[in-house]
Amino acid sequence: MTTANPTRSGPRARAARSTVALKAVMAVTGLIMVLFLLAHMYGNLKLFEGWTAFDDYAHHLRTMGEPYLPYGGGLWIIRVVLLASVGAHIWAAAVLWARSRRATGGRGGGRYESPRARRGVQRSYASFTMRWGGVTVALFVAYHLLHLTSNTIHPGGASSSPYERTVNGFEIWWVVVSYTAAMLAIGLHLRHGFWSSFATLGANTSLRRRQQLNAWAVVVALVITIGFLVPPYAVLLGWVG
Amino acid sequence: MNVTLRVWRQENGDHAGRMVTYPVDGVSPDMSFLEVLDVLNERLTLAGEDPVAFDSDCREGICGSCGLVINGVAHGPKELVTACQLPMRTFADGEVIEVEPWRAGPFPVIKDLVVDRGALDRIIQAGGYISSPTGTAPEAHSVLVPKRDADAAFDAATCIGCGACVAACPNGSAALFLGAKITHLGLLPQGQPERRSRALGMIGQHDAEGFGGCTQIGECTAVCPKGIQMHVISRYHRDVLGALRHRDT
Repeated sequence: MTTANPTRSGPRARAARSTVALKAVMAVTGLIMVLFLLAHMYGNLKLFEGWTAFDDYAHHLRTMGEPYLPYGGGLWIIRVVLLASVGAHIWAAAVLWARSRRATGGRGGGRYESPRARRGVQRSYASFTMRWGGVTVALFVAYHLLHLTSNTIHPGGASSSPYERTVNGFEIWWVVVSYTAAMLAIGLHLRHGFWSSFATLGANTSLRRRQQLNAWAVVVALVITIGFLVPPYAVLLGWVG
Repeated sequence: MNVTLRVWRQENGDHAGRMVTYPVDGVSPDMSFLEVLDVLNERLTLAGEDPVAFDSDCREGICGSCGLVINGVAHGPKELVTACQLPMRTFADGEVIEVEPWRAGPFPVIKDLVVDRGALDRIIQAGGYISSPTGTAPEAHSVLVPKRDADAAFDAATCIGCGACVAACPNGSAALFLGAKITHLGLLPQGQPERRSRALGMIGQHDAEGFGGCTQIGECTAVCPKGIQMHVISRYHRDVLGALRHRDT
């Protein structure tokens, strides 16, 4: 072939594979996961309503949409959407990470000989945690699913009751410690990610809007982090049992 | 005042570079940073040594030629100025000052502190033309531009294309530069006919040059000598994503 294929090398095709398109994928999938986290957090807080309410809620997640959907159908739709989001988010992050490394000789913000500005001029601490924090969160999710979803790992004892699984697990201090570390990683990830996703999608229209989006990012990060940390500490401290 | 300069010396792109220490005495606090490099070069030349190569032109902060990473920060520690406008009183007497070239994959070092910023020109080129009547100047009131848009377009147009945003970006992205150029034309009536094709062309070239993606960290805005803000990045993202949604672009 002597002529380039216009559909693969034209400006439109190049833009569709661009850093902007990849970041838009990360933003949309990230926001889907934020919505999931809020719903998940709401479910966790049902722990304070007691054994029956918590286990009923877990059961209703499987019967939602019935009779239009089969048992567990609604939950599986959510799982597929989430899995696709997680996959796309990680894939886009990996491609962008590789491009950043190529553009900076693999050294990012630390590429200058002078050590005096390695922490940047104005960047937030959270912005440093995005990549390794994201890897931490991904590893935690695998462990978390093995623990509380499939119950393959069952510190404190296995159980068919979600309430009992939760209480058994969080009565052990190191389970709570690992969970806390993961929640802090998620909190920092959301602090930068929430703002960044809206800015990426074009919502940052002024200096004032930048401040508002950053304030919202702090609120969302705090609500989700604290909301997820309250139940395990309540169990560890014996308020729920 | 006396200062010690640690300067990046590199013969050319084929040779590895290193930091070389030069004490410079008799510096006036009112000198600009580039004038101190001039003094150093005069002495190096008189001593028969190779002077330090660096870019400069207007020396009044509007041409975008000069670009030095001073103490790890593009254009040095003072906000909203280029290296040529950076007064020596910003530094302490006796300070050791580290001077390096812009570093990014698409900015190869030519010699010492001089890098090739042709990639930014090729991005502009990829933006293409704007449609505007030529010939007799049209009546100024024939196309009305809201004051807000005119001001915002002008703010974006103050970008001098120095490349400090790229030098400061942890991802080596030229997003702030790209955003400034796309915002500047996209806000004005003359920029509308090619608004979508311009956004697609420029982002394609930006990535083809090897710049990284924007992660909305904002280090670019902290070093931009013109104070260009991050909303220009959001705006160019909107233009690119909007253009991608329109099949006819």
